Amino acid sequence: MTDVLSVDGRGDDSLLVASIESKSPKRLSWDRFKRDRFAIAGLVVVIFFLLIAIFAPLITKILGISPNTLDRDSLNDYGLPQGRFGGISAEHWLGVEPGTGRDILARLIYGARLSLFVGLVATLITTSVGMVLGLVGGYLRGRVDTFLSRLSDLVMTFPSLILTIALVRPGTQRLEAMGVPEGNPARLTYLMLVTLFFGWVGFFRIVRGQTLALREREFVEAARSSGAGSVHILFRQIAPNLWGPIIALASMSLPGYVAYEAALSFLGVGIIAPTASWGIMLQDSVHFYRADPTYFFIPGATLFVLVMAFYLLSEGLRDALDPKNDRQQVA
Amino acid sequence: MIAYLTRRILFAGVLLLAVSLFTFLVFALLPTDPAALTCGKVCTPERIEANRTRLGYDQPLLTQYGKFLKGIVGGRTYGEGQGEFTCGAPSLGYSFSQKDCVTSLIARTLPVTGSIAIGGFVLWMIFGIGLGMVSALKRGRWPDRLISIVSVVGLSFPTFFLALLLLFIFVIWSQFLPFPSYVSPTEDFFGWCQALLLPWLTITIISSPYYIRLTRFGMLETMNEDYVRLGIAKGLKRWTVLRKYVLRSALIPIVTVAGLDFGATLGGAVFTESIFSLPGMGRLSIKAVSDSDLPVLVGTTLVAATFIVLFNLLTDIFYGFVDPRVRIHK
Repeated sequence: MTDVLSVDGRGDDSLLVASIESKSPKRLSWDRFKRDRFAIAGLVVVIFFLLIAIFAPLITKILGISPNTLDRDSLNDYGLPQGRFGGISAEHWLGVEPGTGRDILARLIYGARLSLFVGLVATLITTSVGMVLGLVGGYLRGRVDTFLSRLSDLVMTFPSLILTIALVRPGTQRLEAMGVPEGNPARLTYLMLVTLFFGWVGFFRIVRGQTLALREREFVEAARSSGAGSVHILFRQIAPNLWGPIIALASMSLPGYVAYEAALSFLGVGIIAPTASWGIMLQDSVHFYRADPTYFFIPGATLFVLVMAFYLLSEGLRDALDPKNDRQQVA
Repeated sequence: MIAYLTRRILFAGVLLLAVSLFTFLVFALLPTDPAALTCGKVCTPERIEANRTRLGYDQPLLTQYGKFLKGIVGGRTYGEGQGEFTCGAPSLGYSFSQKDCVTSLIARTLPVTGSIAIGGFVLWMIFGIGLGMVSALKRGRWPDRLISIVSVVGLSFPTFFLALLLLFIFVIWSQFLPFPSYVSPTEDFFGWCQALLLPWLTITIISSPYYIRLTRFGMLETMNEDYVRLGIAKGLKRWTVLRKYVLRSALIPIVTVAGLDFGATLGGAVFTESIFSLPGMGRLSIKAVSDSDLPVLVGTTLVAATFIVLFNLLTDIFYGFVDPRVRIHK
């Protein structure tokens, strides 16, 4: 048998069997993903940050540092870190904060927690709401769809950043009056609500378009004619086809939200100090631009690396999940 | 075509009206009392009440909204007798903390924001489309790879960090440039360029990567079309085929995105303006937030929304001209 099948005549059994073996779409995607070195690098960095975020208390304990302990001994008379490069030493691996002497590494680690939490929650809620509304709009069509589409037009018209900033204070106050704990819980709730308000539109549009096309396909018709209900058709027949584009889009928007949190905190409308946030660190570091540039570069570079890792990962995912892609070109 | 145009324009009008109503209501329903914010620390209850009547905050919400809309069309006069003052049409209200009409405040910021947006737009389109073309033509070879690496780097910069970094490198560390301070281009063209160089650079680095990708993707798609093959087969010059056959159709989707991006940038480049201390609309909004200056916030939100709607409309119209299918379809 093998001799007949082996075209090149070398009769290499193992190679032949491997190439005939059928692969599931998931396996094919994984194979494509594995070949993308940049994406793997991105994945490694993302997992590294995730672990750091999850085990932040443990890691800081092992290293003997804390994000809120003031260490005045590490500062000189002007309140600047002792020694070169922002006070990098055996005790403080990435130096200390000017003015307070708090450990920068510990604050970075806790900042990672916040960034990733915001990024993941924001992505999760915008994706799920956008997906459900897109499925419903695209499947039901008619009035519901028209309403949702016009609503998305309206939302797209708002200058989201200006509105988010403008409503921070009153929005937070309103939430606090409604019983959300004061301070950062209320701020975070506000930010998530606003993100949801502006963020669902992108997912909605894509899912709706895909659903409009998918609902006319034979397998949907088959399900309908064998008596399946709308909910079954939507979530069991149509939705599984959308996972590829949705995962790709969600992983694209995650780094955006990570940067968004830092940016808002930088402007003073995100997280409130003394909670550690990369954005607040950058805001604070601007005052010490000249005297202590290390303090500016460290949180900035960390943010940059994390965002880049997410982009590389998301591009790898997008290419890997696209069945048309044969990966002959480098992304 | 006329039917299509009318429909688009009407829809844009309705959208703007809805945005104005929504913005107005959101800010009117805030727990902050707008009248109490009008006179700072030396406020007596009588003065607050006087200001409330003067600015019309004592009237029902819908009446207030009606007056607001009327003000946009025909200007608005506040108070009576000696304390009377007028904000000419289109009046977006009066800011007590800045003691000026909102419209004139915004009008003063527009040249700054416009300069940032237009310069940035020109640069990012040149770099985006240019590098995208190189990438597509050299597909898979080193220029393509290099460009794709550079564009991932550009994509990964959060705007505010890139702006800070450029400020640090060019102004503080190397002192290659003075700290940006805006001057009008008619007064001092060189100074204008110098002040806006870093904001332009920021916007270009952040925005070009999307255009590089769009151009590369669009060109590669089009280059597979039969009519392009025909063009080459009948012996047209490579450059002619590229210009007339490939670019022309590959650029259409780019124009859509460009229109939207440009409209959004005109609404205020919040981060670039606040980091480079340029007195544009984004910075005006940020200042209004810290002053709780509601009329200015309503005004800037509305103007920004108008730019978005306007450029959306222009892209739709452009589409209608270029692509006949759009006109018939919807």
